[in-house]
Amino acid sequence: MEAVYLSFILMLSIFLGFELISKVPATLHTPLMSGSNAISGITVVGALTAANSGSPDLALWLGTIAVALATINVVGGYMVTDRMLAMFKKRN
Amino acid sequence: MTQSLDMTMIINLAYIVAAILFVYGLKMLSSPATARKGNLLSSLGMFIAIVVTLANEIKLPWENIVTGLIIGALIGAVAARKVEMTGMPELVALFNGFGGASSLLVGIVAAFALTNTTFTNVTIILSILIGGVTLTGSLIAYGKLSERLPSKAIQFGGQQLFNGALVLAIIAAAVMFCLNPGIESPWLLAVIGLSLLFGIMITIPIGGADMPVVIALLNSYSGLAACAAGFVLNNNLLIVSGSLVGASGLILTNIMCKAMNRSLSNVLFSGFGAAKVSTAKIEGEVKPIIASDAYLILEAAQSVAIVPGYGMAVAQAQHVVRELADHLENNGCEVQFAIHPVAGRMPGHMNVLLAEASVPYDQLVEMDDINPRMGNVDVAIVIGANDVVNPAANNDESSPLYGMPVINVTEARTVFVLKRSMGSGFSGVDNPLFFGENTRMLFGDAKESISHIVGEFNDL
Repeated sequence: MEAVYLSFILMLSIFLGFELISKVPATLHTPLMSGSNAISGITVVGALTAANSGSPDLALWLGTIAVALATINVVGGYMVTDRMLAMFKKRN
Repeated sequence: MTQSLDMTMIINLAYIVAAILFVYGLKMLSSPATARKGNLLSSLGMFIAIVVTLANEIKLPWENIVTGLIIGALIGAVAARKVEMTGMPELVALFNGFGGASSLLVGIVAAFALTNTTFTNVTIILSILIGGVTLTGSLIAYGKLSERLPSKAIQFGGQQLFNGALVLAIIAAAVMFCLNPGIESPWLLAVIGLSLLFGIMITIPIGGADMPVVIALLNSYSGLAACAAGFVLNNNLLIVSGSLVGASGLILTNIMCKAMNRSLSNVLFSGFGAAKVSTAKIEGEVKPIIASDAYLILEAAQSVAIVPGYGMAVAQAQHVVRELADHLENNGCEVQFAIHPVAGRMPGHMNVLLAEASVPYDQLVEMDDINPRMGNVDVAIVIGANDVVNPAANNDESSPLYGMPVINVTEARTVFVLKRSMGSGFSGVDNPLFFGENTRMLFGDAKESISHIVGEFNDL
C-alpha cells in the first residue's frame, strides 16, 4: 500500500512540475536550473534523518558527508540564483 | 507516544508548507519581474523544512549535523559568490553531481538498517543507482565544460555492447542485493561501483558542443535521485521536490534537443557527425564593409535586431554591445536582442550574460517571437553567432543543419555579420548567409568593431 501511496504522490508532482516549468520563459532557464539545484538539495532533510546516534560510525560519517553535499546545493543554489535574478532589470 | 505522534504531525504539516512554497516559488519564475521574490520564497520553504527536521527526535548526532551544515554552507556560499557568469554551466554541472552524491550516500546509509522490506531494498538500489550515475556523469560533464578533460566525444569499438553488458550487470547485482540485503552484502558494493562506472560511460561519448543537453538531463537525474531517496525514507517532501526538479530538467532537455533538431538518443549515442557534406553550391560574393560605413547605416536605422552568439561572450564584447544598443535607442531606434535557445553554453545562458551587461530583460526576445517580425527589421547585427543564423537550415535539404530552427536574419533589410575571418561554425558547416545579397561582412575583432561604431556615435 505504501508503494502505491508514494507513487501516487510522485505522479501528481510530475504533472504539476511539467505545468509549472513549461511557463518559465527561456530568458530564465539558467536561473531555473540553478534554482532546481537548490531544490534538489532537499535530500539534506533525508540525510539528517537517515542515520541516528544508534548507527555505526561509518553510517554517521556517510550521513554527515551527505548533509554537507546537499547543503552546498541548498546554499550555493539559492545564492547564485539570487545573484543572477538581481541582474535582470526592466528598462528604466 | 502521543507526543511523538504530534511531532510527526507537525513535521508533515511543515513539509506541506515547504512544498507549497517550492511550487509557488517556481510559479513566480514565470516572469523576470517576480522571479527574485519567488527564489526567496522557495528558500524560505527550504529553511522551514530543515528547521522542522532538526526538531525531529531521530536524527544524526548534533556534532555531525553542525559539521555537515557548516562545511556545506561555507562551500556553497563561496562558490555562489565567486563564480563568473560564463562559468555557470560548470557550476550547475557540479551541483548536479553533489545532489546525486547526496542521494547515493543516503541510499547507502539506509542499507545499514537490519529490518528493511523488499520494497525499501529496491528503492535503496534505485537511490544508489540514479545518484551514482548522476555523480560521475556530472563530474565528466564538468571536466569537459571546464576543459580539464578533452571535450570531444570519446568513442571506441564495441562501446554499445560494453554499455549493454554493464546494464545487465547492474540489473543482476541489484537482484542479488535484494535477495541478500544488508550493508555486508558484497552486491551492494557491486551496485555502487557499477553505477559510478555507468555514469562515466554514458557521458564520455558525448561531444563538448552537446553539453548543454547533457547538463539539463543530469539536472533532471539529480531530481529523480532525490525522489528515489524520498522513496527510501518514506518522505513525501523529497518525492515532491525531486519530481519538480526532474520535470524541469526533462523539459529543458527537450527544448535544447528541439533547438538543435536532434533526438535525445542521437545526442546520447552519437557524436556530432560532420560526415554529411552539403552538396548545394553557395552562390554570390562576400561584400565587406568598414565600421564607419556601418555606422552611417545604423544611424539611419529605425529597427535593429542584435543576434549574439557565444563568440560575443568569449570576446567579452557584451558591454560595448549594450553601449551600442543605448546609443541606437537614444537615436530613436528600436533595439532587440534576438536569442536562439542554444546561443550560450546552457539553456538561457546568453540571457544571463546580457543581463549582467545591464541589458534590460524586455529587450531580450526569443527566436519564435522575433522571426515573424524580422521583415520589419532594418539591420540585423550578427555577433559571434554562426550556425544559429545559417539559412541553409531552412532551405538546403542536403545541409547537416537542415531542419534546425534558426533566426531568419536574411529577412531583415540589411545584415551585418561581425567575424574575425571566413571560418565555419561549431558544426563545421558552410554558411550561405555570408554570401547573401543583403549581407555585409564587418571583419575583425567584434569588440573593436563595435567600439569603433560606438566612438562615432559619441563624436556626434
